[in-house]
Order: sequence, then C-alpha cells, then structure tokens
Amino acid sequence: MRFDSLLDSLGGTPLVGLPRLSPRWEDADGAPHVRLWAKLEDRNPTGSIKDRPALRMITEAEDEGRLRPGDTILEPTSGNTGISLAMAAKLKGYRLVCVMPENTSAERRQLLTMYGAEIISSPAAGGSNRAVAEAKKLAAEHPDWVMLYQYGNPANARAHYTGTGPELLADLPEITHFVAGLGTTGTLMGTGRFLRENVPGVQIVAAEPRYGELVYGLRNLDEGFVPELYDESVLTRRFSVGSYDAVRRMRQLIDDEGIFAGVSTGGVLHAALGAANKALAAGERADVAFVVADAGWKYLSTGAYDGTLEDAEDALDGQLWA
Amino acid sequence: MSVTVSIPTILRPLTGDQKRVPASGATLGAVIDDLETRHAGLRDRLISDGALHRFVNVYVDDEDVRFTGGLDTPVADGGTVTVLPAVAGG
Repeated sequence: MRFDSLLDSLGGTPLVGLPRLSPRWEDADGAPHVRLWAKLEDRNPTGSIKDRPALRMITEAEDEGRLRPGDTILEPTSGNTGISLAMAAKLKGYRLVCVMPENTSAERRQLLTMYGAEIISSPAAGGSNRAVAEAKKLAAEHPDWVMLYQYGNPANARAHYTGTGPELLADLPEITHFVAGLGTTGTLMGTGRFLRENVPGVQIVAAEPRYGELVYGLRNLDEGFVPELYDESVLTRRFSVGSYDAVRRMRQLIDDEGIFAGVSTGGVLHAALGAANKALAAGERADVAFVVADAGWKYLSTGAYDGTLEDAEDALDGQLWA
Repeated sequence: MSVTVSIPTILRPLTGDQKRVPASGATLGAVIDDLETRHAGLRDRLISDGALHRFVNVYVDDEDVRFTGGLDTPVADGGTVTVLPAVAGG
C-alpha cells in the first residue's frame, strides 16, 4: 500500500482472528461459534491507536483556525497520545509540551524526547488526574498555548466514529461485541456509538485498568476525574482489570497467537474472554472484536515481560501501565 | 452472606486504616448499610441522594455496578466489592 506521507497511512488496521484463544472457533455439534478478533492498532504511524484521535484533534483545530503554524500545543498524557501528537507536531511545525505522570515507562519518555516534545512531569500519586489538573493550570498561565484536551475534545471520539467503527463493521459485519480499554473514553464512545447505530443488539464492553494504590492517592474524592467525553449510556458493561490478569492475558496472547501487545491489551483481552465465555455458556453465537491499543515495545523495561506473574504484578505496582 | 470490601486509601481513616473489611448483605445497598454500622460515616462518602457519588466507582466481582443494577446489584456469598476513586487514563 502506498501513501504520500506517514500521516496519510493512518488507520486501515488489520482485524485478525484468534483461532486458538477463541472459546469455539468453528460451529460444531449444533453449537454456534464464539470467536475473538483482534484489531491491531499498533499498526498505526507511531504504533498506537492514539494516532487516530491525535491527528484528528490537530486537523480539526487547524480547520477551525485555533491552531496556526508555530503554535505551542499543550496536552496532559500518560504517553501514547503525547507520542502521536509529537510526531504530528514535528511534521507540521508545532512545539509540543506534554504533562505526564512521573510513573510512566522510560520508553515513553525516550520516544517523546526523540520526537522533540518537552515533558513536564506531574507527581506519581494521583496518576493522570494530577497531570490533567497541572495541564489545566498551565493552560491558564499560557493563554497562547493550545490545549487539545483529549478528555473533552469531541474530535477524539469522532476519530473512532468515522474510522475505527466503520473499519470494524466493514471487516466484521456479524460483530456482536466490541471491547476496548477505558482511558479518555474516546475509543469506546466513538466506536460504540457508530456500532450501536449500525448493529442492533451489539454490546459495548469497557475494560478499565485497576492500578496499584499510588495511582489512587488523591487528597480527597473530589479530585476524582470523569472525562467530559464519557457517556455511560454508550456502554453495556464495564470491568475493572488488575495488573495480574492483564499480564496473564498479555502473555497468553503471545504464547497462543503470536501477538506481542502492550499490557493494557491483556486487560482488554481479559474482558473480551469474559464476554465470550458468557456467550458460550448461553449457547449464543458471538464475534467479539477487541482493540490491541499498542505493541509491547514501550513496556519492556516495566518488568511485565519477564519473571513470574507475581514478579510482574509487583513490578507494575505504582506504574501507569495503560 | 459474607463479602470482602476493598477500601481505597482515601477512605481508610473511616476503617481504622484497614484495606479490606468484611461485610454482609445480599445486595450492594445492604452491604453498604452493614458497613455503615461498623464504620460510621462511610455511607455518606459513597452515596448521596440515593445514588453513588460521581467520582466514586464500585465494582462487584470486578464489574462496575452502574451497569448491573446500581445499589440493587446482587452480591454473592464470598464475593468482592471494590471501591475506587474515578481516575483518568490516556
């Protein structure tokens, strides 16, 4: 496939079946199949699903005249959105300032730095909530900077409504479930809305990472954060997945299907298998599509990829792994 | 009906710093009522006007109760209830 530039190669990612991990790949003995399908979003320009919302937020801001050549973009991010923005900013001539929690992997920082982004670290305690709060403060201090704000920018969800959703429907018209990670909520909101409008009865399932205690170290409950994009009515179910199950499934994905994914994908697979096994028990056909948000490269230093599951769980405690 | 409830750091002053506390009840609402008798003040931190606080998430056996009946969500014997503040990702 040929493209005029890296930016033009966005999307159109493969959807691959998982014949070994699926509870029942073929219809057999009068029972319908229960299949798992992985959407490989690591096959995007910077290797994650975040290229979709990042580029969409930039192009919409350019079209609206909110972003002009030479401007400074500001964004709170735990990594992938920052990396996507950094690549686009480099190619388009913007300066990028990222506010990122200090408990994110070394690889993310290295990539951001290589792309020329400036990183402002926010405290580990409180995780991304603190990064969001610090970025909002910076935005107030620097009114000339443009905060695209992935948590509340409708362009984030729109990228999935017009991209991820239609791609899935074209590749898997028989889709029964869509499963993805819940962070900004953009993937689930955009893809979920599109699928609900086009596939009667489709289930939209969220897998939310459950971190170590440090990340929930808020000073009071009012420091809690629900992204402005979040609309509960789009979801059917929402699961909390801890690092033990996320790592266990991430390793299973490598062992059984050869797919080298990031830790958060393990959490998503865990929820996808939960939905698939429920359909299996009920004797219902299921075609469950789930998102592989990125590959494992950026997390090799976290300890998730070697040692026992318990070792990995200990190593990830306190880190933002999604 | 005995269940284990995980308490986030921020609410542990109400449970004598205990991370996990036992409780009983057949529904989440009943479990929270029971917790209140042992750890006074906890209910008000979780619920206002009969619904969960916006920035509090509660999971029964790892599933968000807002999708399973809210305070009427059934809790099985030996089940787990996890309380967490809402946090961002991305």
